[in-house]
Amino acid sequence: MIARARDASPRRFPMRHRLLPLAWTLTFLGLAILLSIAIGSVFIPPADLWRLLAAGFSGALPEPLATYALIIIGIRLPRTALVALTGAALGASGAAYQGLFRNPLADPYLIGVASGAGLGAVIAMSIQWPYSFWGLMAIPMAAFLAALLTVLIVYSLARVGRAVPTTNLILAGVAFGSFATALTSFLMLRSSGEVRRALGWLLGGASQAGWMPVLGILPYLVIGLSILLLSGHALNLLQFGDEQAHQLGLPVTRAKTIILVAASLATAAAVAFAGIIGFVGLIVPHVMRMWFGGDYRRLLPLSLIGGAAALLVADVLARVVLAPQELPLGIITALAGAPFFLWVLRRSKNQGYW
Amino acid sequence: MLRIENLSVSYGARRVLHEVSLTVDNGEMLALIGPNGAGKSTLVRAVSGFIPAQGGSARKNGTNLLTASAGERARVVSVVPQVASLPPAFTVWETVLLGRTPYLNFLGQVSSADEDIARQSLQRVDALDLIDRRVGELSGGEQQRVLLARALAQSTPILLLDEPTSHLDLHHQVGLLELVRALAHQDGLAVLVALHDLNLAARYADRIALLVDGEVKAQGSPAEVLRPEVISEAYHLPVQVIPNPLDQSPLVLPDSH
Repeated sequence: MIARARDASPRRFPMRHRLLPLAWTLTFLGLAILLSIAIGSVFIPPADLWRLLAAGFSGALPEPLATYALIIIGIRLPRTALVALTGAALGASGAAYQGLFRNPLADPYLIGVASGAGLGAVIAMSIQWPYSFWGLMAIPMAAFLAALLTVLIVYSLARVGRAVPTTNLILAGVAFGSFATALTSFLMLRSSGEVRRALGWLLGGASQAGWMPVLGILPYLVIGLSILLLSGHALNLLQFGDEQAHQLGLPVTRAKTIILVAASLATAAAVAFAGIIGFVGLIVPHVMRMWFGGDYRRLLPLSLIGGAAALLVADVLARVVLAPQELPLGIITALAGAPFFLWVLRRSKNQGYW
Repeated sequence: MLRIENLSVSYGARRVLHEVSLTVDNGEMLALIGPNGAGKSTLVRAVSGFIPAQGGSARKNGTNLLTASAGERARVVSVVPQVASLPPAFTVWETVLLGRTPYLNFLGQVSSADEDIARQSLQRVDALDLIDRRVGELSGGEQQRVLLARALAQSTPILLLDEPTSHLDLHHQVGLLELVRALAHQDGLAVLVALHDLNLAARYADRIALLVDGEVKAQGSPAEVLRPEVISEAYHLPVQVIPNPLDQSPLVLPDSH
């Protein structure tokens, strides 16, 4: 009776509040998109933004609206889209990896997938495809193949008989990730002239202009993220361990393979054009789980939206902190993310939310 | 009924089960006893399809459970695992609803009929008042009842339990086994339960099978299996068997001096 009284309202989100978390994160995303469009080397006042929207970006626009329209359509919108898509991919695949390996530390970076994908992308870039749609499509494809290869290598390195202990997985992932990163640096140093630009890419920066990169990663992201969004129930079952999931009727091996491939696809697409951006895939699912509970059917879409919003905010910071100079996005996420993560870790030590 | 025939399982070169044959009738509770490492858990895992068998079959009517798909099998056999670490953030309600998985699409959308079955299952194990609690905050006995409710929500004719009492105190051991026996006798399930405690097996099971080194050494009524010479040999320990003063079931006492 005492225990019962203590837990008077333990179910955090009764049915009628099911959509509330979604509304919150969508609002956050909407604000982040507005910030990302308005803020930059030229600040676009909200009133002008509103007038542009009302005019539908067309017709004879008076100055400075015409200039603003050019900036927004040519520069701000494609960048906003690329950053949002990258963040969505990192958030959702981070949640999927954490659920798959039942480990709060599993994220695309710790298990080496991002570094492997980066290596694949750099190899593809050093071949110097023409800057066309198909040339750009080849980069995420190379990143994806390298990411899958990485998963296979790391998985088989970590395997002991039929089991894959999480510690082994992360050790193998970190080791292989370092190897891939070293190889990436080697390739970039060897290629003459492009070193500076490539270094910027490696630290994460969505500074590639235009709509091409967005179109290049879109197919990969749509496929990868759609599969992940449908995997919530399977991931819920997997939280009880392979044996119970199997006994409850889940074809465990097939489900795990599909989720792994989909998450790697999304990660690879994100890495291919935005470079290596840490902590988003780690922190966003963590925060969402802490606030909204561990049901993966809810956690996956929330991490997707939250990842997009968080990375947009980081990108805005990257533009303004040292203005007019722009910081690589990866530096912002690490600077803001690492302390925040440590704080979360410390605060939540005794909360059984995981 | 569950009919296991000549079931053999190896881990690499090590033979864990050798030509095990057992049947469990509907409405019957069969206790599987044996020393540590005899293969009790392996038998449960093999019949539930989690580890592959090298030979033999486990049938329910025409269906061979060893070759059925995961979904098909989960509509016939449900398993109550040993209490392991459950994901603490899940509520009891969410956990029990997962028992409906074999009847759901891959999105796991439940209907109100599914919810009714899950609620009835919780009621059957007397755990309806736990419905909103998180599984991480439950005691061992409560967790075990929730896992039993989840198995019942699978609506299977066969129920397997892998040492369900091993982490429970005496009060909860007795409560759980009485409940499991009622599920066999009243609800008509074919129940196979791996048990450590010989005397609990003697009191609650209709029949007992003794597993030693992966082979069935004896099976029959408690009085037939729990004989001093059989148990002494299986457990490498001299024992005496006396009638339990409460219900005359055999009571095994170690005789080690």
